[in-house]
Amino acid sequence: MRATLLFGLVAALIAGTWATEGASSALTILNYGIISAIMALGVNLQWGFAGLFNVGVMGFTALGGLAVVLISAAPDREAWAAGGGGVLLGLLLGAATIVAAITAGARLRGRARVWIVAAILLGGFVLYRAIFDAGAAAIEAVNPATSGYLGGLGLPVLLAWPAGGLLAAGVAWIVGKTALGLRSDYLAIATLGIAEIVIAVMKNEDWLARGVKNVAGLPRPLPREVDLQADPLFVARAEEFGLQAVEASSLVVKLGYAGLCGAVLIALLVAAQLALRSPWGRMMRMIRDNEVSARAMGKDVTRQHLQVFILGSAICGIAGAMMVTMDGLLNPSGYQPLRFTFLIWVMVIVGGSGNNFGAVLGGFLIWFLWVQVDPWSATLTEWIGAGLPEGALRERIEESAAFFKLPVMGALMLLTLRFAPRGLIPER
Amino acid sequence: MTDILNALIVLANFVLIPATAYGAQLALGALGVTLIYGILRFSNFAHGDTMAFGTMCVILGTWGLQSLGVGLGPLPTALLALPVGIAACAALVLGTDRAVYRFYRRQKAAPVILVIVSMGVMFITNGIVRFVIGVDDQTFADGERFLISAREFRTMTGLDEGLAIRTTQVITIVVAFAVVAALFWFLERTRTGKSMRAFSDNEDLALLSGIDPERVVAVTWIVVAALATVAGTLYGLDKSFKPFTYFQLLLPFFAAAIVGGLGSPIGAIAGGFVIAFAEVAITYPLRKVLGYLLPESLEPGGLVQLLSTDYKFAVSFVILILVLLVRPTGLFAGKSV
Repeated sequence: MRATLLFGLVAALIAGTWATEGASSALTILNYGIISAIMALGVNLQWGFAGLFNVGVMGFTALGGLAVVLISAAPDREAWAAGGGGVLLGLLLGAATIVAAITAGARLRGRARVWIVAAILLGGFVLYRAIFDAGAAAIEAVNPATSGYLGGLGLPVLLAWPAGGLLAAGVAWIVGKTALGLRSDYLAIATLGIAEIVIAVMKNEDWLARGVKNVAGLPRPLPREVDLQADPLFVARAEEFGLQAVEASSLVVKLGYAGLCGAVLIALLVAAQLALRSPWGRMMRMIRDNEVSARAMGKDVTRQHLQVFILGSAICGIAGAMMVTMDGLLNPSGYQPLRFTFLIWVMVIVGGSGNNFGAVLGGFLIWFLWVQVDPWSATLTEWIGAGLPEGALRERIEESAAFFKLPVMGALMLLTLRFAPRGLIPER
Repeated sequence: MTDILNALIVLANFVLIPATAYGAQLALGALGVTLIYGILRFSNFAHGDTMAFGTMCVILGTWGLQSLGVGLGPLPTALLALPVGIAACAALVLGTDRAVYRFYRRQKAAPVILVIVSMGVMFITNGIVRFVIGVDDQTFADGERFLISAREFRTMTGLDEGLAIRTTQVITIVVAFAVVAALFWFLERTRTGKSMRAFSDNEDLALLSGIDPERVVAVTWIVVAALATVAGTLYGLDKSFKPFTYFQLLLPFFAAAIVGGLGSPIGAIAGGFVIAFAEVAITYPLRKVLGYLLPESLEPGGLVQLLSTDYKFAVSFVILILVLLVRPTGLFAGKSV
């Protein structure tokens, strides 16, 4: 009952935007709301089901975005010829070095062990850098203004969505292997770190995805607006509805994305609901609520934690891939922890951790506020500013409109934690 | 012989001195994190933003003093504004403790809830800082820039390489040393400090012996505010002040605190220097140093930079992971695994 009302409220808010700001803004909010809801589902799986504290959502989201480039961008044959082999060989050597060092560390005994492992690591590193750097430099020298990277596989872009999930899952496995089973804070710090590193790699490894030069014009699963506008049949249909072709094409594309992303959201929501009710979900909550007794009953807690951590991160990766597909642009500088990690946490906490519907509701509601607080605060600061004399103070206040949303989000989170710690739609 | 001296000077100029200054800043930041962890028993995600807030107050104070024409001559005016910043920062953290954290402490909430609460506090503090001072870089160091400039050093010694020592680096080291000495004196010698350590070691026993927990907590917050403001001001003087950079310092702080052992003050200091030296040494191109040391035929062609500076976070992260794998309690056996 309460859930229905709250979802009705969100629908009314978006409908209100439709009425006041037009269909285009409302659909944009809806689409990003869907993607935010998927990320919130992922975090809810980790935090709500299992009590795992992941503050590296940004990293997993960015990996999903990277997957879009790797899967769907057209391959750059010239770049592959120039340095593809070098880079691949370098990466293989790097991986082989780590494997060799780990095996040596596990097999050897005695005083020489440390030195041998160090020697393997150092030698491997020098070799890796020599081969890899030459390859990367060669790739980046090929048409640096327009390409300068390896390109992707040229596969259909929708394949990138599961691929983004897989990539995020792979990194989550590495993080989970090292940090799970220790104190909960350690996982938090480890995920915080890996997210920063993922972003640093994406910003600096130009051969991979052009770094801060961005990859634009990624293939899209839906027809482009310009193609629709050039189609006389579409223009005629649009006129029947009394719409301009430009406006109609943008609406149709946005609706198409809403359909695609909505389908993914519903599929994941159903899966998460089934998981929650299954014996697996009950076991997860039991581990969350009492780890000691779960261990005593023979559950392998660390293993289950690893599993759910990987699953949740994969969902964040899928959402990240969807977002980059929708934007048609991979922009590594756009990944900010406040927006991509901590905002998702606000969604889960406010919506209701442990309840999938709560997380989805939080995703929509908080995203709506995140977008709409800006125009509201602009109105507010203008109103305050109008009452003040011209000068530095007035300018400062009018400039500050952009900074309102952070304290608003923080306040929402703190108020929820204080007065409704189980969120808007509490766990059953 | 001169080659070896030159190599040493290059190393000191670009690695040893900057890393020592940076290490001192990290140590102060990590001390704040570790004290909160030891006494309030949670990882404070708002620490970077607390630091930004304190530094912001110091900057505002500096501007105020500068407009009054008050200064310290060769020393930066910010040192004079420090007490104001510390007081403002202490007011902020005591206020948040009253309004936010105390409720959960009374409830005996799980530590992870407090961590999430600190995320909310982080949002709000971050917003306040952006609100007041904006998001841009601010440089507020004034006074003498160099204690010894590279040119003076060259004419003085006749070597090819110059050693530049910036005033801010010396101030960082001196101030950090003074603050740490004062902190340890406080923790070891005063009644309040002892009660803080007792509370950190065993809360129940401390309560039994009549220690007032609210007082311990309040004193801790004040100490943490002072540490954070000093750390932030020193970092800002040495580099520059930018709210987002301060937020990002959270990672090396936590890495330093965990490497040293969470909850152990001496560990936080050691951890800070370990992280700082590793970060600077691994991201500094060593070609010049090796160029002096190796015979010409072996001189390296590349920069001999192990990692580009953009990956400095990776350094703290890798050290952190290694410590987690090998010795999860940290170098100085912190509180728990």
